[in-house]
Amino acid sequence: MIRQLRNVPLTAMFGILVIVSYAVIAIFAPLIAPYPETAIVGMEYLPWSEEFLLGTDSLGRDMLSRLIYGARNTLGIALATTVIAFVIGCSVALLAVTLQGWVDQLISRMVDVMMSIPTLITSLLLLMIFGTSVLNLILIIALLFSTIVFRIARAVAMGVVVMDYVEAARIRGEGLLWIMFREILPNAATPLVAEFGLRFTFVFLTISALSFLGLGVQPPLADWGAMVRENASLITFGDLTPLLPAGAIALLTLAVNFIVDWMLHMSSGLKD
Amino acid sequence: MSAVLNMILQRVFLGLLTLLVVSALVFVSVEFLPGDVAEQILGQSATPETLAALREQLGLNTPPVQRYLAWLGGILQGDFGRSVINQREITAILADRLGNTLFLAAMATLIAVPLAVGLGILAALKRNTWIDRWINIGTLTAISFPEFFVAYGLIYVFSAKLGWLPSISVVGSDTALSDRLVLTLLPALTLTLIVTAHMMRMTRASLINLLALPYVEMARLKGAAQRRVVVVHALPNAVAPIVNVIALNIAYMIAGVVIVEVVFVYPGLGQLLVDSVSKRDVTVVQAACLIFASAFILFNLVADVISILSNPRLLHRSTK
Repeated sequence: MIRQLRNVPLTAMFGILVIVSYAVIAIFAPLIAPYPETAIVGMEYLPWSEEFLLGTDSLGRDMLSRLIYGARNTLGIALATTVIAFVIGCSVALLAVTLQGWVDQLISRMVDVMMSIPTLITSLLLLMIFGTSVLNLILIIALLFSTIVFRIARAVAMGVVVMDYVEAARIRGEGLLWIMFREILPNAATPLVAEFGLRFTFVFLTISALSFLGLGVQPPLADWGAMVRENASLITFGDLTPLLPAGAIALLTLAVNFIVDWMLHMSSGLKD
Repeated sequence: MSAVLNMILQRVFLGLLTLLVVSALVFVSVEFLPGDVAEQILGQSATPETLAALREQLGLNTPPVQRYLAWLGGILQGDFGRSVINQREITAILADRLGNTLFLAAMATLIAVPLAVGLGILAALKRNTWIDRWINIGTLTAISFPEFFVAYGLIYVFSAKLGWLPSISVVGSDTALSDRLVLTLLPALTLTLIVTAHMMRMTRASLINLLALPYVEMARLKGAAQRRVVVVHALPNAVAPIVNVIALNIAYMIAGVVIVEVVFVYPGLGQLLVDSVSKRDVTVVQAACLIFASAFILFNLVADVISILSNPRLLHRSTK
């Protein structure tokens, strides 16, 4: 195990380190943060000081505390969305592959159409219709990303469904659900796990972008994308503080990308 | 040749069909608004009489299919209807903004394409050296950054610290070209950074794939220098996949445009879309979504056709 870890490239090590520390911050946010999430504790836009390590924001809330709580909200929402997208995408893909025929055709064509519009554009349209709440945000983004998950899961499962043991299970008279989740899913899971990391970063970036546009996570909840929007005017005065939440987003996606890059490199056989 | 033409016509037809379905979806989705458009507009001040009058005015009493056909027919003649918030002609609102967005996208493309292809060739030439490794890390980093992080980072450096470029890009129809270029430079650079990384990685990957082929080995064996092998022998064959990637990235740029325009207060289509979503200006959102979707479908179609034209094997796949 230790020897294996030694072979991990520096970039992937960095990625693992970043993800672990984000998780710790997100889980223990109330213990780490010096002030409550939404409490106004001082004047607006105070500079960095001993009392407020990263200053205060446009309403006089402690920037550092909001960054820490932001980890919890932003990551939690993105993670929940990705999980839902995978549950929907994989289940429908397994159903399509197991049943084949017109069911498969119908779902595939529907997914083709949904994927022919950029995700951000569709989500803007849907958020206008259903209104901006955290629940709507999660469901809409999950639904849109489940189309991509469907494509990938379908491609993977297509290779599994032709195997003899699936045929054997069919002849044995196993039910649809058994074949989907006991025969196909376990054998299609490995590539889907790597895909999960990659999709998570896209979901994370999309939600942050929507929050930045003022259409995602709504105030007073602390969210990194929304925090950039709230304090952006400081940047033109040469203050870097509003870039910190954006940097936090960038650092996490970078960390996940480094790990995925390494995993792809591993699965390609360590050649190139 | 007729097989090629056939294939392309087939793709164009498929693209048009997709567009038709998308337009129907954009239209139908609004039917799911809680209440209807009339209730949305009037909000709290709605009385049964004003609601009925507005429904009459908007033609909401006719069946949806009829309304959809009328809407689509109008668009085909260049008439997107009127904004439900301020009653302005949508076509007039769109005209300027579409031009601005196209200007921004064109500028970003002109900077990004030579940069990406150049870096891609460099990375392929210097494969497995520290230059290649740093380009790899650099591009992965750029891919990971949210658009607004790149945008504000550039504002911080070039307008707040150095004071070279303006942080807000308000252009009007009477802005001189030279001013417009200066004003659009930062947004264009942001978009460039967003798309370059992907294009460059694909350029490198397709060149490296080609370098493994026997004819390249032949060129090496006859004593050609590495630079000559890459630029003269491999690159011409990599043009098709690279052009394909460029078309795909222009399509990808569409999402980036929305964010970048909001950051720089650039009066383009993306900003209009976001503003209209917050104001719930339903008809404008429909129009903007349709235009973005058409552009996306168009560039994907172009990428598709280019890859067909460039790869004879794809042409005969269906006949086998």
